[in-house]
Amino acid sequence: MWSDTIAAIATGLSEAGIGIVRVSGDDAFAVADRIFRPAGEKKRVEDYESHTVHYGYAVDGGEIIDEVMLSLMKKPRSYTKEDTVEISCHGGLFLLKRVLEAALKNGARLAEPGEFTKRAFLNGRIDLTKAEAVMDLIHSQNEFARRTSLQQLRGSVYEEIRTLREEILYELAFIESALDDPEHIGMEGYPERLEGVLESLLGRIKRLLDSADDGRMRKEGIRTVIVGKPNAGKSSLLNLLAGEERAIVTEIAGTTRDALQESVRLRDISLNLVDTAGIRSTEDVIERIGVERAKKYASEADLILYVADASVPLDENDSQIMEAIGEKKTIVLLNKTDLPAVVTKESFLDFYRKEKNLREEKESAFRRSSVPETEKSPVLCVINTSMREGTGIEAFESAVEEMFFGGEIRQEDEVIITSLRQKEEIQEAYESLKLVQESLRAKLPEDFFSIDLTNAYAALGRVIGEEVGEDLVNEIFSRFCLGK
Amino acid sequence: MSQIREKVDVCVIGAGHAGCEAALACARMGLETVIFTVSVDSIALMPCNPNVGGSSKGHLVREVDALGGEMGKNIDRTFIQSKMLNVSKGPAVHSLRAQADKAEYSRSMRKVLENQDHLVIKQAEVCELLTENIRKNVSEYTAEDGKNRGPENVPGIGMDDVLEFGRKKIVGVKTFTGAVYEAKAVILCTGTYLRARCLCGDSITYTGPNGLQAANHLTDSLKSLGIEMRRFKTGTPARMDRRSLDFSKMEEQFGDKRVVPFSFSTDPESVQIEQDSCWLTYTNEKTHAIIRANLDRSPIYAGIIEGTGPRYCPSIEDKVVKFADKERHQVFIEPEGRHTNEMYVGGMSSSMPEDVQLAMYRTVPGLENCRIVRNAYAIEYDCIDARQLDPTLEFKRIEGLYSAGQSNGSSGYEEAAAQGILAGINAALKCRGREQIIIDRSEGYLGVLVDDLVTKDNTEPYRMMTSRAEYRLLLRQDNADIRLRKKGYEAGLITQEQMDRLDRKVELIQKEIKRLRETSVGASASNQAFLERMGSAPLKTAATLAELMCRPELSYGSLEEIDPEREKLPADVLEQVEIEIKYQGYIERQQRQVLQYKKMEQKKIPADIDYDDVPSLRLEARQKLKLFRPVSVGQASRISGVTPADVSVLLVYLEHRGK
Repeated sequence: MWSDTIAAIATGLSEAGIGIVRVSGDDAFAVADRIFRPAGEKKRVEDYESHTVHYGYAVDGGEIIDEVMLSLMKKPRSYTKEDTVEISCHGGLFLLKRVLEAALKNGARLAEPGEFTKRAFLNGRIDLTKAEAVMDLIHSQNEFARRTSLQQLRGSVYEEIRTLREEILYELAFIESALDDPEHIGMEGYPERLEGVLESLLGRIKRLLDSADDGRMRKEGIRTVIVGKPNAGKSSLLNLLAGEERAIVTEIAGTTRDALQESVRLRDISLNLVDTAGIRSTEDVIERIGVERAKKYASEADLILYVADASVPLDENDSQIMEAIGEKKTIVLLNKTDLPAVVTKESFLDFYRKEKNLREEKESAFRRSSVPETEKSPVLCVINTSMREGTGIEAFESAVEEMFFGGEIRQEDEVIITSLRQKEEIQEAYESLKLVQESLRAKLPEDFFSIDLTNAYAALGRVIGEEVGEDLVNEIFSRFCLGK
Repeated sequence: MSQIREKVDVCVIGAGHAGCEAALACARMGLETVIFTVSVDSIALMPCNPNVGGSSKGHLVREVDALGGEMGKNIDRTFIQSKMLNVSKGPAVHSLRAQADKAEYSRSMRKVLENQDHLVIKQAEVCELLTENIRKNVSEYTAEDGKNRGPENVPGIGMDDVLEFGRKKIVGVKTFTGAVYEAKAVILCTGTYLRARCLCGDSITYTGPNGLQAANHLTDSLKSLGIEMRRFKTGTPARMDRRSLDFSKMEEQFGDKRVVPFSFSTDPESVQIEQDSCWLTYTNEKTHAIIRANLDRSPIYAGIIEGTGPRYCPSIEDKVVKFADKERHQVFIEPEGRHTNEMYVGGMSSSMPEDVQLAMYRTVPGLENCRIVRNAYAIEYDCIDARQLDPTLEFKRIEGLYSAGQSNGSSGYEEAAAQGILAGINAALKCRGREQIIIDRSEGYLGVLVDDLVTKDNTEPYRMMTSRAEYRLLLRQDNADIRLRKKGYEAGLITQEQMDRLDRKVELIQKEIKRLRETSVGASASNQAFLERMGSAPLKTAATLAELMCRPELSYGSLEEIDPEREKLPADVLEQVEIEIKYQGYIERQQRQVLQYKKMEQKKIPADIDYDDVPSLRLEARQKLKLFRPVSVGQASRISGVTPADVSVLLVYLEHRGK
């Protein structure tokens, strides 16, 4: 019954050492044939003796990924009692992940948390007395995966997936209402319109997939922008964070052409400082790039570090900065607390609230509804620092941790696995929409479109942990006027 | 005082569309059946729209027919116009809809009931269900002296435990006049009659539809048996005098030139009759202004109505409020029958007061001088929370008690009939001591309907919709016989001869598909010329006839020229051949999905499972599972609040327990 073929990284993930990709199920050997090229005599994996080890290469298409050892266990003499292949790689995490991806591309699906053990149990490998432990394992691994999967999606990715889903749902609801009530809702010209919609959806999903490939989708690092008035201490902060004595600094190509990023590691969290080049070359980002662009930077950032000088009064410039920040997660570093203070935590917050109220009054006329507060972590917090004396950095680190992970640091391997799962789902959504396109081009009737649209909708829902439920029926009734 | 006391096999309460099918199924399976109705004149009454079928509902009628039900045959005898909807779309969403002559429909069904062997019609209001406790776990309650005391007498065990451990069993019904009918099974088909009240503006009458007597006593009896009730609402538009309408201002709507019958047993030639027309007109800004100005007088907006109304059948007030940007709404004027002048005003149901109704109707082109024969009204009624039922439609906790139709919280004649025949078949199988049948989501719209009703939390009357069927490419109206006839045959509602005919049809279909897949066509000059003429790309290498049929511009019919060997086959065979080949890719994909689905459906959950004993279930899942006690792991996975991880845990637990 559980005969479809699953794959996963079976060892703990660490940057160093050897890791194993395990494939189990009826097609395990067939999958292995496609991703393993023996170094010696060409042979089908199935033709090897059970419980033997073979040297060769893991391949993805024509490309060699890594030198590997393949061991195979024929059913029922394996952990799961199914045909099983284990591929040992030694090239570190990245290559391990690529081997797993190759397996997924070639007929396996990613194992659910606890699934190898579940199969081992259901196939009678594990003693019945351990049933309870197995159930606990499934439960806890799933809970963990569920919790981490959302945490590590970048806010903008989450929003994009939600928007994509909304758009797909609208199309689905339209088609379905027209099918249910053909006399009220006509479909003239609809295929042409859908063609355009699909074009846009596919392009955007493609971009998501690309960003998943280079890891931008994941919160590997927190995209961070430093803002502040001239001479507030921004470069001191940067130097302090990037100082060789406390952080690993790498210069990597940024996500946009003009911006450079620097990755700074605090405890277990990476901060990707965006446009540090800008901060270094001119003293004042806001001044140089203008409020509008600062807003754009802020909107793309996960975190804003707002350096304010506690020794001079807050002024018009600070209002502008606050406006640029908007509702983003912000840590205010009230700097120069070693000098006589003009601004305190309390007076800063008063100023901030007043500015915010003013803005909201102005905007309320245009706003349809306020943005729902989804994150429980504090959006803004103020910390006293002195860059010169190096005080307040501990508190700053704790604040970042609290703000992003509720004080809890995730395990690196779970992050990689869940992000892989998410990528797989996004890929599925992409393939499904491609099928809609095919149906459109083959001039199939409209009801065929909704089959694959539904699949795409469900797959994207799994990325952000949402079920389909009654969404469609609700959408039909709220958007389209049906009925006798 | 002496009372009538009779012994029968099955009692059916209510003679609407569910009740008729249920009673006919039982009687036809040879069980002594009595069907109760508050008025014999209201058998198979159509109190709302004058049609049968429509998108996805037409599928249900076909399925009822495939199982051996009466609805399809009855509408074939009494329709006055018929249309196949969605013909420009895929075969899965083609759907028949016929206008009925309401009075004829009702009379014809009554005649069938009256002449059915083993069936007795009884005009009476059933007021009470008679039950007994079942003491299954006798040993648990056996006192030290060896005397069985029953759970309710064991200290420390309350009424809840009695329900938990000792299920009840139906033994009969009692009518208002005190007559008792002992029965092995009882089927509730109470429609919209339980504690019904009708609202028209601020005028409220405590009646069922069309002023018929409401059933005011049965709810209490159901509640005392621990059955959870809900209150739903629906509505119907006004009926007008045909002579007062100006049809020249409306668009005429005709039936199909060639009518397709609903029933697989109806001779297609017998339904090629003279058809009546329907008429289309529209509301306008004036109509909407009147409605807006009088919203405070609508009982729904004024808060007088407590019941939840259906979103798919909104009143015109609802439409105007919710879709304020729509400048007009369609209004279909449909005849109620051939021997009446009454016309149904489709699209304008309302519970506005009489004077507002008249004023708003009169703004619609063609209705300027309309005379209302019956006012539009809203109706509220009691129904059960159908999650208390198994997918056989039997109550989980009351053996032998079944429920079908609007009393389960569905809406529509077709939905009712479909549940009716299923409940009827199962009640009869139960009486015979045979295994009951379940129709699952991959076998029919009927399966989707029942599964949704017994699994999901429905907060409004449930209407069948094609979007609810995830395997709809397989659940077509054209193959309902292939899907379900066998079940009807096994139950005893389909004759050997009907079954043989179906087997022959299936054989012909398979043979022809095989031939088309194996017959290859070469790239000869004449073939290329043919393809060019058909606007189709020339062949590079040989292709099979089936491959050519998959091209959008070609069909079975158009390939005749290059397929000289074909035999003459019946139209219904060709239809299947064409669909199976043209949509093969999609059909195969859905079949694979069905395989996955079936695996989970077949994992049955034992009725006595104790969810507190299953470790690691999340609290929400545990509560939901305890409350709704799904019959299979598949059903459990569809309960909201049960996650895939909970399903995994459950699978492991069941495996553990099974060993």
